[in-house]
Amino acid sequence: MLVIFAISLLYMGIANRLTTYINILALQGILLFGVSLIELIQINTINLIFILFETIVFKTIVIPIFLKNVIKKNNIMRETEPFLTYFMSIVIITSIIFGSFILSNIIDVVHFRKMFFIVALSALFTGLFIIVSRKKVVTHIMGYMVIENGVFILSLSAGNKMPMLVNTGITLDIFVSILLLGVFVNRIGNTFEEMNVDNLTNLKD
Amino acid sequence: MLVYYLIIAFLIGVVSAFNRNPTVRILLLALFMAVQTTMTIYAYLHLNMEDLGYFKYDAIGVIFMGVLTLLSFTTIYHSYIYLRHRQDDSRSQSLYFAALIMLIVAMTCVYVASHIGLMWVFIELTTLSVAVLIYHERTPLALEATWKYVFVCSIGITITFIGIILLSFGVGETETINFSFTPLQVQLLHVNPSWLKLSFLFIIIGFCTKMGLFPMHTAAIDAHTVAPPPISAFISTTLMNVGFIAIFRTFSIFAHTSIHPWMSQVLLWCGLISIIVSAAYLLKVKHLKRMSAYSSIEHMGLAAIGLASGGIGYFAAILHMVLHSFVKASVFYQIDQFHRNFGTYIISETGNYFNRNRPGAMVFLLVLIGIIAMPPSGLFVTEFWIFKALFTSSHFFILFFALLFLSVTIYALAKNFLYILFNQTKDLLPAKEKTVPSETYSQYFLLALIFYFGINPPVQMINLIQEAVKNLP
Repeated sequence: MLVIFAISLLYMGIANRLTTYINILALQGILLFGVSLIELIQINTINLIFILFETIVFKTIVIPIFLKNVIKKNNIMRETEPFLTYFMSIVIITSIIFGSFILSNIIDVVHFRKMFFIVALSALFTGLFIIVSRKKVVTHIMGYMVIENGVFILSLSAGNKMPMLVNTGITLDIFVSILLLGVFVNRIGNTFEEMNVDNLTNLKD
Repeated sequence: MLVYYLIIAFLIGVVSAFNRNPTVRILLLALFMAVQTTMTIYAYLHLNMEDLGYFKYDAIGVIFMGVLTLLSFTTIYHSYIYLRHRQDDSRSQSLYFAALIMLIVAMTCVYVASHIGLMWVFIELTTLSVAVLIYHERTPLALEATWKYVFVCSIGITITFIGIILLSFGVGETETINFSFTPLQVQLLHVNPSWLKLSFLFIIIGFCTKMGLFPMHTAAIDAHTVAPPPISAFISTTLMNVGFIAIFRTFSIFAHTSIHPWMSQVLLWCGLISIIVSAAYLLKVKHLKRMSAYSSIEHMGLAAIGLASGGIGYFAAILHMVLHSFVKASVFYQIDQFHRNFGTYIISETGNYFNRNRPGAMVFLLVLIGIIAMPPSGLFVTEFWIFKALFTSSHFFILFFALLFLSVTIYALAKNFLYILFNQTKDLLPAKEKTVPSETYSQYFLLALIFYFGINPPVQMINLIQEAVKNLP
């Protein structure tokens, strides 16, 4: 399943419609649900239910629907408008995955966790790459979501060591920040005609 | 005690968000300040006591809590003046003060949190509450700055979280990790150095967004430009102290491991590049608030260098942060008056401030002496100690470039401030409004503290700082 997750990252590089992005995010939510079910079945029930609830409800249902609403409300065009060609994107994402593979070999990751580590780091850097290479403000939020998914995988592999308190904090944090960013996207949509980063370059010296 | 503080502060925040009556608002703010002051005094009297399991009133936390409480008084006072002059409607004033209360509470909790996860959560809370305040003026420019600030800080805080998880990897599969600072320090002693380096890098990069150090300094600058001036004062003082305290705690849990020299190198370079970046931008900056923001970055760079060079540098870095908070707060409060006088922040459109508003101009003159660390100012003492620490730890290369670029910043700051104060070559529009001299008293008070601390620092303060740094190698 982690491999499918990595492939979905690659697909994100070539997808050219915003709805595809949202569908990929929902798919990643389902994948994370599966992974955490397999991984964490032995930890205590409340924590498990909480994590499963988070992946299914937040990552798969609430946030994609929320993003769809944002897009519909602001009449955003469907294309993602990357700065680079799709071919370059896929080359860069492939090299990101390859690079995190090498990094995990350089510092000795415990063997059984290696896959998690690679996929999580790839998701992190792919998210950052999507943020810097796409023009639309909404795609920035999606890139942020990809980063959050990477963090989730990483914390899964830390497994039952994560205390409940911190876990709650993270969920709240993700939820609130997505909400807040969404609100600001709406504001940006109302204030400027086009929701491009080109509008956000007035602050400079 | 902390639980009562949190409950009362939360209630005050909620009530003030929905309150529309100006008299009730003042009463609520007074009540909140009373609670905040009581909490600070309680923390000082119960040094090193644990509270609620995840908080501890340790020395460094109490120092910055004191600074925060002192600056809260002045910030609320100047916010009140600012809002009165803008004639905002009651609703947005309520929102402003509710967010301000939330920000103060979140920062207090960051200062005394003894658990790295909890500290992380409260740092995120500071980002969210300050975002509301930055967006207060509701202009497209404010929107842009808030968007950038929230986005960069969210990503920074996520990167920090990755660092924390990597730390738990490093500790190992079998052992359960305890994320409180004191046990964590012991657990890290036998962790593989490459894990430590990786997680240290991630954690530091994340916290740099808050402190305004080199790789992530841009967000804070833009936020300064558009935020209301009293809030800029908070962003550049107490919120940067939040970043500093986070980096300080991270540094001290890693300090006993084998990567200590490497870690110092990283911080030294972060600090040096911050100074270089701020020097470069100060030479071409046109906007008064951006100028002050870049000057903050320079001082953060100095504090990071002090922390990294060890010895007396630890002591100097903390004192430097405290004094810098006072001087930077007073300059931003004065900028609010300045803006009401000229109607602009652009330096080249102003001048002759000395004849237009003499009390305010005196504040700028004293700030100039304070900020470029001329001898009676306390910053002179701390900067001298920082350079001494660099010298004794034989980082001559860093020392040379830090001094070189520091003189560039001194030149740029002096040039711009003196232009504002004394340039009489231009015909300017008459002053928009007459400023009341009594509004400057709080700024004089803060400036007096800087000079007083430079000449004769109080014993309690010295003891607290020594207590804070005694565990560092």
